[in-house]
Amino acid sequence: MSVKLVQAEEEVMLADMARGFLDDAAPVSHLRALRDAGETHDPALWAEMARMGWAGVLVLEAQGGSDMGYAAANVIAQEMGKTLVTSPFLSTAVIAATALRQIGDARAEAALARIAGGEVTYALAVDESAKFDPNKVEMTAEADGNGFRLNGTKQFVVDGALADRLLVLARTAEGLTLFDLDAGAAGVSRDARAMIDARDAARITFEDVEATGADVLGQVDHAMDVLRPALQAGQAALAAEMTGLAAGAFAMTVDYLKERKQFGVEIGRFQALQHRAAHLWCEVEVTSSAILNAGRLLDSALEDAAMAVSLAKAKATQTAQLAVQEGVQMHGGIGMTDAYDMGFYMKRARVGAEWLGDYSYHAEQVARYRGF
Amino acid sequence: MTDTMTDFRKDLRDWLEAYCPAEMRDGAASEETICWGGKDWVFSSDAQREWLNACVAEGYTVPTWPKEYGGAGLNRDQQKIFDEEIARIGARFPLQSFGIWMLGPALLHFGTHEQKLHYLPPIARGEVRWCQGYSEPGAGSDLASVQTFGADAGDHWVVNGQKIWTSYADKADWIFALVRTDREAPKHKGISFLLIDMNDPGVDTRPIKLISGASPFCETFFTDVKVPKEQIVGDVNRGWDVAKYLLTHEREMISGSGMLQAGGRPLGAVLAEGDAGLEDATLRAAAMRCEVDQLAMGLTLERYRDMAEAGQGAGDASAMLKYLGTELNKQRHELMMMADGSDALEWGDRPADWLRTKANSIEGGTSEVMLSIISRRVLGLPA
Repeated sequence: MSVKLVQAEEEVMLADMARGFLDDAAPVSHLRALRDAGETHDPALWAEMARMGWAGVLVLEAQGGSDMGYAAANVIAQEMGKTLVTSPFLSTAVIAATALRQIGDARAEAALARIAGGEVTYALAVDESAKFDPNKVEMTAEADGNGFRLNGTKQFVVDGALADRLLVLARTAEGLTLFDLDAGAAGVSRDARAMIDARDAARITFEDVEATGADVLGQVDHAMDVLRPALQAGQAALAAEMTGLAAGAFAMTVDYLKERKQFGVEIGRFQALQHRAAHLWCEVEVTSSAILNAGRLLDSALEDAAMAVSLAKAKATQTAQLAVQEGVQMHGGIGMTDAYDMGFYMKRARVGAEWLGDYSYHAEQVARYRGF
Repeated sequence: MTDTMTDFRKDLRDWLEAYCPAEMRDGAASEETICWGGKDWVFSSDAQREWLNACVAEGYTVPTWPKEYGGAGLNRDQQKIFDEEIARIGARFPLQSFGIWMLGPALLHFGTHEQKLHYLPPIARGEVRWCQGYSEPGAGSDLASVQTFGADAGDHWVVNGQKIWTSYADKADWIFALVRTDREAPKHKGISFLLIDMNDPGVDTRPIKLISGASPFCETFFTDVKVPKEQIVGDVNRGWDVAKYLLTHEREMISGSGMLQAGGRPLGAVLAEGDAGLEDATLRAAAMRCEVDQLAMGLTLERYRDMAEAGQGAGDASAMLKYLGTELNKQRHELMMMADGSDALEWGDRPADWLRTKANSIEGGTSEVMLSIISRRVLGLPA
């Protein structure tokens, strides 16, 4: 059964509502102000998002959520991307919530209720090397009495320095296991890194960290049952954010082409620039289709969404990078200055390109599904 | 409503079972398997003739045209079911032609009732084959500068000039052509959309051999050709409106139809058959990239179709579909040529198809013209 690739009326309304709120509460200058103050998170902004139902976008209404679904989460992420909004939305409301949704016990339900209320934030700790690969895990969780003892190091833990809880992927006797740990547990040391996109990411060392069976999300040795859907939801929402980012950078660039004058005319009159801008618009349009499709499949058949999600992430990664590179080039010298916002777009696009799998990773997934 | 649709599907399925010959169910859509129709048409098989006749009787050669003009009068929902059922059994198109694709839609939109009654049914029955007379040696991308001139001679025009890239003009019965009927007016406002009988004295046609070895296109010459005044679509000097309408239509068709359907087969599978296979890391990486782009493009076509169904027309975005669709098709064929190495250098379908794709981004408006349309009409950049 094919899905309709048209935005429903309520999705258009959600986008408009989000745009209205974010233009006011979190324009790019908000990120700039945080960066200049040496901060990576605005708790008041997140509390406001929680009040609007965004923190609980994937939490059932019975647990205090708004239960709008994956396509709606993508709509919100896309609008956030347009003005580079920094928040725990992806890590907490999308990735952690999707993982917890797979469990269905009372403890998970309570955690989901706290997510929806904006009372707790999460970070996902998977990477151990410079490239995303959830199967390449050396961190261990050795059985110890009734529980486990975790040792290892995670890097590029997005939102990891400030999150209240950590979802940690570690190797157990027969496979990989996902743990839901208190970030302040004994033996956890968090090293906040200064990232190019001015957001929270940490290197985290685990030294004899104790966990009980109750800290395991899902089944021991079967992390992927829980993690795979969580990753897919996160990858799709990140792709949506990057499509929004591309659209934001593109809009700035087109505005600039219409007002900047050289040789006595607006530079937007030059065909050399017109065609590049038009090509970029095409790429943003095509990418939007892939995002819409991924959201639809996540909502209708989560288990069949893998290729659609990888397609969306690959395409969004490529388009966002094209948009910021063209953005800086078409702005010329001013695009290189810190005072101008385009640089923020470029730096976030690079981080978004790597997080949760880069272009090569996802193109390879697509190729595999297509029988390469 | 739903019950009516279910009935329609069931009846259609029964009808296809009874009337679509087995030979016509191979899903073939290559140049050789097309039934173009026309006065001189020679059917390639009895099955091809039977299939055409069966469809003509039901109006299924042009399913969405009104019944009085030779169609089946299907609404959008029925058309979707029709397309699905045709695709389900892999039935060939019973008839394809520029009459169906282009003149028909133009007449349905701009023609008088009498013109529709006169011209449309023979198109639907495959009795008259049309070709398109737009480009001229001096008017390619700058189409509105056509110089073929129709001098007013009272109850008719006397047409003189030359058209180029007239597809299958040597096999066509009639041509619809852009002819300048006012040399004083601004270039867009002095063109008329005329219908000309290719058998008229003074019409002469000559095939052009292309790099692929094929000659699907011709040059067509008009020397003192008399065209009666009633053989015009739309108003005198307003032919550009008709042409523009058709160009948008053509773009949607090129981007949405045959050329991208070839993209249905995964590129990896196609390349794996070549000698280079997928072991060539550079080729594999390029193929993966092309596959990603093609899948995203396919979703975009689907999105625009869904939007059209929801009443949101593609409008100028058809320029994007045409631009990206044709560029991707060229890329795909480049990769297939690379995969086949020297095997693909001997004349055969692969090199001929590869060479043919080079025209994709030229015909119906070049990629550069598409980008200019987007830049002006979508982005609002100054001209």
